[in-house]
Amino acid sequence: MSFINLKDKVVQVKIVYYGPGRCGKTTNLEYINRKFREQIQSEMVSLKTHGDRTLFFDFLPFHMGQIKGYDIKIQLYTVPGQVKYNATRKLVLKGVDGIVFVADAMEKQREKNIRSLNQLHENLLSYKESIFKIPLVMQYNKVDLKDHGIPVLPISVLQQDLNSRLQVPYFEASAITGYNVAATLKKIISSTVVSIQKKLL
Amino acid sequence: MNYGIVSQEQLEQIEEILYQKLVKLGVDCAIIIDMAGNIITVKDNGKSKYDIYSFAALAAGNFATVDAMAKLVGETEFSLLFHKGQESNIHFSKIDDELLLISMFGRDISLGFLRLNVVEAIEQIQKVWARQD
Repeated sequence: MSFINLKDKVVQVKIVYYGPGRCGKTTNLEYINRKFREQIQSEMVSLKTHGDRTLFFDFLPFHMGQIKGYDIKIQLYTVPGQVKYNATRKLVLKGVDGIVFVADAMEKQREKNIRSLNQLHENLLSYKESIFKIPLVMQYNKVDLKDHGIPVLPISVLQQDLNSRLQVPYFEASAITGYNVAATLKKIISSTVVSIQKKLL
Repeated sequence: MNYGIVSQEQLEQIEEILYQKLVKLGVDCAIIIDMAGNIITVKDNGKSKYDIYSFAALAAGNFATVDAMAKLVGETEFSLLFHKGQESNIHFSKIDDELLLISMFGRDISLGFLRLNVVEAIEQIQKVWARQD
């Protein structure tokens, strides 16, 4: 749940990048950290293993300016993607306001995406949140790989697999080159802020 | 409980408690966060320069991890944590299921004295917090 400080007029919003291992969640945040440096006042925090895999989470606070006199502070988090880390994934989801589901568009990752999305559904239920109600954006990452001859799932298949029931906004993207990283971020911020406004009215 | 919004009056009261019970005693910085990593309020001695937003995210993660460990060994919770350094120390204490009080302090305060004051501060904060709708 977002926290609203009426005294200092600050709204803190928590957005989590979720998805299977090695799908590019951390890469999304690293790109945002480089690209929007002037809106970020502190260093990105990464808790990772020696093998550069996320162990707990990455954290990046992001300033979005003001809405109706309130300072909006966006807190971006990633979860660890590896299957064995579900306990920590669940901890990071606590109090989440909006989610970006990063799917790996590589053909061989098809099943992993579906499993990860199902687990997100279960993890949200444990906090009495619904995947059908929480602001959610799909990102089909690594589409640039098809230029390198690596088989990539067509968007129609990814949509069918992951978004046929959810019907949320989606973007094809390439986190490594930055393609649609900002578009994804913009979309999830606007969906989340609108949803918080609705809850307050 | 609608913990997402706190009135200006409540925040001012809580800040006053943090000041009277902790900062006046010599605590460098007292922060209240929720378990999701949001900062509720901060009171410091005007000298501390911490990146409190990152700190809150890490502290919430840290506390949640320790909480999960407590359950693994059959405890319902470990309600306080203490990290000791050369120059600075950090004390974490649970206010209720959603809130955490973090005190950062140097070498001039004893842990026992701090703990006594933390307990009193928490009792007072709980009273202010309970007045929410």
